[in-house]
Amino acid sequence: MNQKKSFASMLFDEKHRDRLISAILVLAAYIIIEVMLSTGNLSSLFKGLLVPTCCYVVAAIGLNLNVGVSGELNLGQAGFMSIGAFTGICISGRLAASVENEVVRLLLAIIFGLVAAAICGMIIAIPVLKLQGDYLAIVTLAFGQIIKSLITNMYLGFDENGFQFSFVNNNTSLAPGGKMLLNGPMGATGTARISTFTMGILLIAVSLIVVYNLMYSKSGRAIMAARDNRIAAESVGINISNTKMLAFVVSAGMAGAAGALYGLNYSTLVPNKFDFNTSILILVYVVLGGLGNMNGTMIATVVLVLLPELLRSMQDYRMLIYAIVLILIMLLTNNEALKNRIDQIRHGKGSAGAKEG
Amino acid sequence: MAENRQPILDVQDLGIDFGGLTAVNDFSLQIYDKEIVGLIGPNGAGKTTVFNMLTKVYQPTRGTIHFNGEDTAKKSVVDMNKSGIARTFQNIRLFSQLSVLDNVKTGFHNHIAYSPVAAVLRLPSFTKQEREIEEKSRELLKIFGLEDVAETVASNLPYGAQRRLEIARALATGPKLLLLDEPAAGMNPQETEELMAMIRLVRDHFGIAILLIEHDMKLVMGICERITVLNYGMLLAEGTPAEIQANPEVVKAYLGE
Repeated sequence: MNQKKSFASMLFDEKHRDRLISAILVLAAYIIIEVMLSTGNLSSLFKGLLVPTCCYVVAAIGLNLNVGVSGELNLGQAGFMSIGAFTGICISGRLAASVENEVVRLLLAIIFGLVAAAICGMIIAIPVLKLQGDYLAIVTLAFGQIIKSLITNMYLGFDENGFQFSFVNNNTSLAPGGKMLLNGPMGATGTARISTFTMGILLIAVSLIVVYNLMYSKSGRAIMAARDNRIAAESVGINISNTKMLAFVVSAGMAGAAGALYGLNYSTLVPNKFDFNTSILILVYVVLGGLGNMNGTMIATVVLVLLPELLRSMQDYRMLIYAIVLILIMLLTNNEALKNRIDQIRHGKGSAGAKEG
Repeated sequence: MAENRQPILDVQDLGIDFGGLTAVNDFSLQIYDKEIVGLIGPNGAGKTTVFNMLTKVYQPTRGTIHFNGEDTAKKSVVDMNKSGIARTFQNIRLFSQLSVLDNVKTGFHNHIAYSPVAAVLRLPSFTKQEREIEEKSRELLKIFGLEDVAETVASNLPYGAQRRLEIARALATGPKLLLLDEPAAGMNPQETEELMAMIRLVRDHFGIAILLIEHDMKLVMGICERITVLNYGMLLAEGTPAEIQANPEVVKAYLGE
């Protein structure tokens, strides 16, 4: 009809609105936190939570691409974070002497973490995504456990002769001047903490751009078509396994990047950190934030990461309150009356905008 | 039909067994360019099964399907669409959470060349092709009278509009042969009238052949140039609408002795 869309109708066009809200959320969070940091209004507890929160947001956005947009259950997102984290730590440790600029080193670690996790994602997805049903959930669940066990039993160090690697106790004999990167169940110790909040926000921004640009393109339409109706999607010439693979690998890669940032935020990191509970926790962020809803996911992640820490003063009751809040959010977000009300408000404004144009 | 013309679809002795049950047997069919052919038969005769074999949702147990002179034995559902067969479904299968416009855009999937990387980086190739697809999709929606509901979520459309959207989406894939599975099911007489005009228009506008399954005899007799009758998975009769109407075997299959 009218080719030129008014600014108002652009705003209420779902695709543009979601992006705009995302941009405002991320920017606002960054500015507020930076202001609070510079005025010294942030407790050390909060300061410590900044980078991990960013990491979980990125991992959750990635998982939402796979679970919400592509419709495939993934119970091993923490496994991909783990791969990213320990790859990132090893890369950063190895390059500590040669690359002195910490930002460059962090970037390299994130890129390597991303690629490593994406490759692992591709390897397990190739056979599994050819199948239908919940096989991916089962395999990713096992994958998370396998990765945890592998890293728990892995010893990795390097000296002037290159990397030394062992799966059996610590019998890597490093030349003097060598350095252990992974110590089996002790994980990585003595890591240089080079992660920054700014990098975390940048990573969130890049993930959002990637996810949105992918969603509103040929690939995104194919991913959602395969989710909505597999047979119909095939009948219009969409290769289902390739399509789902794309979503899965991008999702895994984002978890890997998040993991690298996470790993380099702590001087010590144990493989047990990324267990099944962590995977489920990320899934909870996604489900509560809304499948396919990136803004909801970001808000849910921030609230649910910070909540247990804020409740720390309540000691024994904190997990109880956490559970009650979870249930309340579930009830609220699934309330039909509330949803209808929001829809009415949206449509009311949306049609008004169209009339103006 | 001119004898020297090559059929675009040539099905010979097609058959499929599900375990011990033979659903379709010895089914042969030729469709020529720009023809409208009807496939009719009582309930459970195997009509949709034939569609599913033509699109490779089921792999036939016996027989051959040649499309455009090419043997399709090793082709998958996706390959069949790429080589030029598009279809609609008896129980409508839309991408229910996508908008009407996006449903049609999805049909253009294999006509878009940019890579996911180009999409993520929003390269010029992405912008240019998306604009073209948007234009083409809106044109298709116009033909099917859906341009006013382009932004509506597909599952919120009324029944008749959903059927039309399915046809539009199938046409977006650029087929040479369109398979329509009961396009008039659930439509009132006036909607059926409009549908008949639309099917003719599709044939003339896009220059493609159409094979349709339909129970509405007024529609079948009104627009089909040839009709094939299937009964108990076997070919019962073939001919022009007048020949089929006069065929005692067909009358018996439908009405009993």
